[in-house]
Amino acid sequence: MTDSSQPRWAPEALHRVLRVLLPILLALGAGAVLLVILGKDPLAYYGYVLKRGLYSPSGFEASITRMAPLLLIAAGLIVAFRAGLWNLGVDGQFLLAAVFVSALTPALLPFMPAIAAIVLAFLVAVAVGAAWSLIPAFLKARHGINEIISTLMMSFLGVSFANVLIKIPFNDPSTTVPQTATLPVDDRLARLGDSTVHWGVVLAVIMVVAVHYLMERTSLGLKLQIVGTNPRTAIHCGLDVKRLTFVAFAISAGLAGLAGAVDVLGVHGTIRADWNPAYGIVVIPLVFLARFNGFAVIAFVFFFAVLMIGGESAARRLGVPSFFVLVLVALLMLFFAVIEFLDHARRNRAGS
Amino acid sequence: MRSSSVNPDSHDVAIALNGITKRFPGVVANDRISLTFRRGEVHALLGENGAGKSTLIAIMSGMQRPDSGQIQVAGRSVRITSPSAALRLGIGTVYQHVLLVPSLTVLENLMLGAPWWRPCNRTATLKRFEELSALLSTNVAPDSLVGRLSLGQQQQVEIMRALWHGELVLILDEPTSMLTPQGVAELGVVVRRLRDHGVAVVFITHKLKEAYDLADRVSVLRLGRVVGELGPEDLRAKSELEAIDAVVAMMFGREEEPEDLKTTLLGGARERDGLSVAERSGEPALSMRGCHSHGDPGECPLAGVDLDVWPGEILGIAGVDGNGQKHFAEALAGQRRLSAGSILLGGEAVERTDVIQRRARGVRYITDERLGEGTAARHSVATNLILKEIGKSAFWRHGLTQWRQINEHGRKMIAEHDIRAPSERTTIEKLSGGNIQKVLLAREWAPDASLVIFNKPTYGLDLQTTKRARDWIKSGAGAPGAVIIVISNELDELIEVCHRIAVIDRGRIAGVVDAGDGATSEIGRLMTGAEAA
Repeated sequence: MTDSSQPRWAPEALHRVLRVLLPILLALGAGAVLLVILGKDPLAYYGYVLKRGLYSPSGFEASITRMAPLLLIAAGLIVAFRAGLWNLGVDGQFLLAAVFVSALTPALLPFMPAIAAIVLAFLVAVAVGAAWSLIPAFLKARHGINEIISTLMMSFLGVSFANVLIKIPFNDPSTTVPQTATLPVDDRLARLGDSTVHWGVVLAVIMVVAVHYLMERTSLGLKLQIVGTNPRTAIHCGLDVKRLTFVAFAISAGLAGLAGAVDVLGVHGTIRADWNPAYGIVVIPLVFLARFNGFAVIAFVFFFAVLMIGGESAARRLGVPSFFVLVLVALLMLFFAVIEFLDHARRNRAGS
Repeated sequence: MRSSSVNPDSHDVAIALNGITKRFPGVVANDRISLTFRRGEVHALLGENGAGKSTLIAIMSGMQRPDSGQIQVAGRSVRITSPSAALRLGIGTVYQHVLLVPSLTVLENLMLGAPWWRPCNRTATLKRFEELSALLSTNVAPDSLVGRLSLGQQQQVEIMRALWHGELVLILDEPTSMLTPQGVAELGVVVRRLRDHGVAVVFITHKLKEAYDLADRVSVLRLGRVVGELGPEDLRAKSELEAIDAVVAMMFGREEEPEDLKTTLLGGARERDGLSVAERSGEPALSMRGCHSHGDPGECPLAGVDLDVWPGEILGIAGVDGNGQKHFAEALAGQRRLSAGSILLGGEAVERTDVIQRRARGVRYITDERLGEGTAARHSVATNLILKEIGKSAFWRHGLTQWRQINEHGRKMIAEHDIRAPSERTTIEKLSGGNIQKVLLAREWAPDASLVIFNKPTYGLDLQTTKRARDWIKSGAGAPGAVIIVISNELDELIEVCHRIAVIDRGRIAGVVDAGDGATSEIGRLMTGAEAA
């Protein structure tokens, strides 16, 4: 038994490493080909991405800072996806919560200490995000309506509604461009040491780990997993599937809302009309690539944040469109799917 | 070649099957089946689930290739290599569920079968449509959308499509299961017209009464073999009840049972009879009154179930599939709310309690859908063994999952219940059907149970696991004094393990019979709804 399994173990570990590394290398290679076709030097581009996103102190700090909202959104998606609920409306939940927080926090400051205002703002953000998922949750739980469609629709509505809020009730009349009142830099989230990284990043890492343990080590997590595996099994075992659907949506959308609060209170301080970073669209594939594993999500989000920050500077410097980063993510997804498929076929052959 | 055995009526033979055998991994679905389907005859194929009817249709309609055996169509040896080849030979099949595009019109649906390079020819299609309309004597408008038609009309369109390339053979696979009684009557008219026109109609059903009403000839399949046939003369000579008795005997093969099994069976039954007569003098432990439920389309809800079961009694529920067995089991387990009626368990009303509350009262339910709802695939055997205990203090402390205890419990259960699994952490889907069933039995095993519901406890299991499960039920499922309900469509099984057998028909209990020698024919009659009519 051990004789036959021992030699097979080492290739298995190698396969696991290759399964992650190979798609990344292939995506970078294919991206390089595209850059050559565009008439740009791929080595210069990747060099800039690394330099501005990872090696320069300011770039590294910017990458780490960017991880905060991405990780919080990812934490929420892990809960929803493992419960079998495809909450694709995180962008709307994120933006609406961000807008409420950016309007509310400056207004609260005269009445309470900054720390209290921030805690209150976090709670409001969670509530706003969760509230925006109520309709899809209700439709799913009561009528079995596909949440992929309903959350996406609610996301578009949420983004538009956020713009209406910025332009009319929450507009700061002292500025020419429609935007919310600006939070003074001193009242934003505290920095870590003398870096530019705010402690929202720490909160985000804690939330990802917490969510991981929630799913792996608590009864609620196991119940959500069973609902995600097979809702009929959940009913058979006496689980309240409707309630669990609401709970999973509330946690997922609440964390997306918290991501909005952290991004506004930690970085921007104000929101202009038509601002929509659409983090959710890129975080969703990353969560899939990480196979809903919290620790793997942290690694993937770090990788992507470096790509994003470095890509923005490299785009300016080399005249490559800034959305080229999205092209790289798309290539990454494509090659992950191909490798996954080949690996699956390999295991099937080995199994039979 | 010798043109031997030319029957005088050989020109009437539409399809002759000779020694058709088809094996799937682990099963012989069709075992040397020889059947002849004649023109101008309605030929019913009867048999329980797994008897091999579907495989036989699949072979005749070109979906499956037989492993051995010959097929002759209109006297010519043929190989039916694809569904379109079957259609070109004039063999059309109408499946249980409608396979039309609802957003297209009737004519558009009928034009779909044509090769892609040929332009759609409305005039020619319309001509054939009108021919077939006249033949079937139907009046479906050719330009109405299929989605707007009733299910009966959609089926008529399907019949037209099946006959489109020729009117030799029409195979109807359980055609009445989705129809209203009126739709069934209309279908009967169409089928008779086609027969009189010279079509060989093959009619698959497990409703004995329909077969008797419609068929000129009845063949019974059991475990992949043809076990009997009643020709037109036999059917004419017998009354409905006699014919049904004969068919039931063939379907369930009571006559073929080895004698020793019969004696052990009778011995056990006698012993149990003494027990239950004494028990039945007291208060019933389970009592259902006027139980109704709501069903989705295609489900058979409960329509007024009244039933009393006494402590320590093993009660079988027999019936043709889809007569409310599923709702019955789910209503008892607490998975399904009753829309009306009451359930008294040990004298207390439980109809408003949920699964967890009933489990706390000792209700145990072994579902028939082991993978569909009984287990969570991708999760380990150990997790599946505690699936109904999530959050309970034995395995959760301060809200934290105690995986060590869960896996230890898993190891213990695997040893105790002889579950063949490499490890307690193996995912459940890797286990065989029999071992998955053992996991379910282990999970529901409780010495202090008050009500244990078995839904098709041996469906799809090998002989050994079947025997194990039956022995376990016979011994009272390890819970003396509990009410035990066994739902099954295997009559043999029910007679072997139960004290009494209730027959469920269209969501109601049609009658309760003492299990014993004379039970089979009585149950068969109740199953067909003869008593209720």
